[in-house]
Amino acid sequence: MAKTHVTMKVNGAEVEGLVEPRTLLVHFIRENLALTGTHIGCETTHCGACTVDIDGMSVKSCTMFAVQAQGSDIMTIEGVANADGSLSALQEGFRMMHGLQCGFCTPGMILRAQRLLKENPSPTEAEIRMGISGNICRCTGYQNIVKAIQYAAAKINGVEFQEAAE
Amino acid sequence: MIPGPFSYHRPATVADAVKLLSTLGDEVRALAGGHSLVPMMKLRLATPEHLVDLHGVAGLKGISRKGNTVVIGAMTTQHELLASDEIGKSLPILHETALLIADPQVRYRGTIGGNVANGDPGNDMPALMMTLGASYRLEGASGARDVAATEFYQGAYFTSLEPGELLTSISIPVPAAGHGYAYEKLKRKVGDYATAAAAVVLTMADGKVATCAIGLTNLSETPLLATDAAKAVIGTSLDPATLKKAAAAAVAIMSPAADARGPVEYRKHVGGIMVMRALSRAAAGAR
Ligand SMILES: Cc1cc2nc3c(=O)[nH]c(=O)nc-3n(C[C@H](O)[C@H](O)[C@H](O)COP(=O)(O)OP(=O)(O)OC[C@H]3O[C@@H](n4cnc5c(N)ncnc54)[C@H](O)[C@@H]3O)c2cc1C
Ligand code: FES
Ligand code: FES
Repeated sequence: MAKTHVTMKVNGAEVEGLVEPRTLLVHFIRENLALTGTHIGCETTHCGACTVDIDGMSVKSCTMFAVQAQGSDIMTIEGVANADGSLSALQEGFRMMHGLQCGFCTPGMILRAQRLLKENPSPTEAEIRMGISGNICRCTGYQNIVKAIQYAAAKINGVEFQEAAE
Repeated sequence: MIPGPFSYHRPATVADAVKLLSTLGDEVRALAGGHSLVPMMKLRLATPEHLVDLHGVAGLKGISRKGNTVVIGAMTTQHELLASDEIGKSLPILHETALLIADPQVRYRGTIGGNVANGDPGNDMPALMMTLGASYRLEGASGARDVAATEFYQGAYFTSLEPGELLTSISIPVPAAGHGYAYEKLKRKVGDYATAAAAVVLTMADGKVATCAIGLTNLSETPLLATDAAKAVIGTSLDPATLKKAAAAAVAIMSPAADARGPVEYRKHVGGIMVMRALSRAAAGAR
């Protein structure tokens, strides 16, 4: 199958590559760009481990072709740290609140949570749970992931994080 | 999880898309949000030779109101439906249903046109479109035609779309002011397809049901309109006996497949319960 030349912006840098039409965006990101933080956890678009941010949307990059991302602006987990290299509020939240165990789901969780907080900077617990309902975690039971997102929301809004009473 | 090889086409107009769909042979498929088609391709349950990506086609997006009709472009995403004030105001049941489809990532990409054209009995929009009396605009090489949602579904993954035809928009008559509505969906977890679901749109006058339409999702190989059940509630105040009668009339037309969501008897049983819940909630919300 003839290959197509694609260009896009990934984590602020212009990138390019040659892809077959059937190359999924997640494979382009992992194999052509060697950005292996974006994970593949299923074959049915259910797990969310491959979630990246594209043009202001959370997208499961296993269900879009790389050719379709021509010209778009993408952020992966490799691009979420602050410009000075320090951890973003969400990364810090996941670390402080133990929002991960094996870490496999974490890149997708953080990218999804980042977009959620852009759309809704002060989500309720229920809104957080609905907001990450496309991301499966096999380890944590979600409780600490929710706390991590609440921690980040508090930090972004400049208020003190209060852990809800159990 | 790598799909089979295909050629990729990205037309810019409806005319070009129709031309590609009607000249590239049998193994050509339109690509909308891709959130039904691409998973099937990854599992090699679908192996199209050509994909015609609709994302570059101008004019397939957007929500507009023309008199008493809301017209929605086929490439409008579930996310855009949820963000639309027009939908929230004139078709709140569409907002409620879109929110029950899959998860945020899928809703950013999945389109209403793809959802209704797909023909999967598990899709939520088709039964709702039948309940609302919607019609679909289909454009092909020999012109455009409008098909009522109630006429469109012929079997699982089998619709009245002819080869080469594109579904370009959906027209929905705005329900009467003060109508009550509910989409009740039983699912195993957030983001799942329905084990059983029922859509109800009704109006009340003097405490009695004046008009009513009931649609059923995933309870047969096509979406269903439960007309006998709707007739059974007209003129009543939806007392418990009437609710039971309506549920029984709806169960009588259900023929779901046994699958991971449950055996046939269970799915019919909960289908009846979804009808009762949707009727009660719709009536409570009617003004
Ligand atoms: C994890 C997950 C959970 C889901 N849960 C639900 C759910 O609970 N309820 C639900 O309803 N759906 C669910 N879906 C399906 C989702 O809503 C799909 O987006 C939708 O079914 C298809 O829309 P699409 O735009 O993605 O279409 P595509 O996948 O691109 O296309 C689907 C089919 O329709 C055809 N088609 C698309 N657009 C047109 C057009 N304009 N004219 C003619 N033919 C066209 C295509 O050729 C293809 O055959 C789920 C999907 C996933 C991945
Ligand atoms: S790999 Fe599981 S949703 Fe993409
Ligand atoms: S931390 Fe292991 S899957 Fe989420």
